[in-house]
Amino acid sequence: MIKYLPTHEYIRVEGNEGYIGISPFAAKELGVVTYVDMPEEGDEVVAGEEFGAIESRKAASDLFSPVSGEVIEVNSALEDDPTLVNADPMKNWIIKVSISDPAELDALMNEAAYEASIK
Amino acid sequence: MENSEIKKTCLHDRHTALGAKMAPFAGFDMPIEYAGLDAEHQAVRTAVGVFDVSHMGEVIIEGPDAERFVNHIFTNDVTAISAGQILYGMMTYEDGGTVDDLLVYKVADDCYLLVINAANIDKDIEWILSAADGYNVAITDLCDAYGELAVQGPDAERILSAVTGVDLSQMGFYTFEMFDGEDASLPVVISRTGYTGEDGFEVYDTNERIVELWDALMASGVQPCGLGCRDTLRFEAGLPLYGDELTAEISPLESGLGMFVKLDKPEGFIGSDALKTQKEAGVKKKVVGLEIDSPATARHGFEVLDAEGVKVGEITTGYRSLTLGRNLAMALVDARCAALGTPLQVRIRKKTVPATIVKKRFYTTRYKK
Repeated sequence: MIKYLPTHEYIRVEGNEGYIGISPFAAKELGVVTYVDMPEEGDEVVAGEEFGAIESRKAASDLFSPVSGEVIEVNSALEDDPTLVNADPMKNWIIKVSISDPAELDALMNEAAYEASIK
Repeated sequence: MENSEIKKTCLHDRHTALGAKMAPFAGFDMPIEYAGLDAEHQAVRTAVGVFDVSHMGEVIIEGPDAERFVNHIFTNDVTAISAGQILYGMMTYEDGGTVDDLLVYKVADDCYLLVINAANIDKDIEWILSAADGYNVAITDLCDAYGELAVQGPDAERILSAVTGVDLSQMGFYTFEMFDGEDASLPVVISRTGYTGEDGFEVYDTNERIVELWDALMASGVQPCGLGCRDTLRFEAGLPLYGDELTAEISPLESGLGMFVKLDKPEGFIGSDALKTQKEAGVKKKVVGLEIDSPATARHGFEVLDAEGVKVGEITTGYRSLTLGRNLAMALVDARCAALGTPLQVRIRKKTVPATIVKKRFYTTRYKK
């Protein structure tokens, strides 16, 4: 299952874990990604709150978490090559979290709703 | 600003047809990028690009007191130039803060063309009018009548000469020529000026003819460039942007623009007393260059700290430089930590990263003198 925030972050849910990244639309809008500012493993994230930032030459955008939980992994490959986000934003997630309240997922947009929102 | 109030340049339809990403800037709906910021930036550094800068403002000052009046409101000295030459400088408030930075084109002893920033048009015109008491001058606002293109890059001379039929090879840096236009009251102006650190030209003409020139440049394969790369290009060249490196609170001396401030003009200028005092006492803050030792970019408003973590200033502009591959910024900092090589820190969101003061002319400009 993949769900989205209106601010273009996605969460791909696998059991009670989720992979959070930015949508292909957002990656394209941003342009070549120059840096991803990520939290540390073990940090708490809160649904709707900022957990990091993603930068291109022209702008820095805050990253918002779709769910509450704990960061169990950061995608360290992005430290060496942030443009992986441009290459395949769905595959190259930014953080992996444990989901503390699965009910929060219900408030997020599904794929169809998200696609409609960026049309 | 309400949508209904947003202005469009004469090229708005062209921008949207090209699929440009548009955004409001200085009250105008302006193109930010077409092919992408990086490609446009590279086009200007290596070939040629064209910018719609029709949002810029043009004001004519003419009359028997024109020279004396322009010198009264302008930090540079127009008595030093002849007709056909251009000076860069600022208008300052009584306290030395900056009203705007601008180009002054000397058309004749009694006629000057001022080119001012779009964001400051209303404020500047009000300021100029309020300063004109007792001077025998006529002040004409041509901001809407003139469109403007900036053609920039090493191929600009060749392409623009071919497209206009005017041999621009002999035109010197910071000089211009005027031609009769289709509207007798609005001559065509071509100057060897720009805001990118490359050789290039700026063309002023009626909105209708600016559209024709744009179309001809497009047909010649010139890269259309948006305001996104206009900012990254001027930043690399260490050129100030009003609102970032110059404001009502930042004087030209604090911004490191003393060479454009002539404090020895016999009659002075508005702000010259304050600037003299500032110069004698030494400026308390300074715009500097910073090299940032982190992959994260320092943005406008981020805090600059000294080595002990005490706040000493703020970032004014920051980019990862495309041309130089370095992570750079300009910042306004306390003069006591403005020396080259001073180690500082920048707070980037939750992290604090090291930075060092470097020369702010990051890119070696390639003007054709």
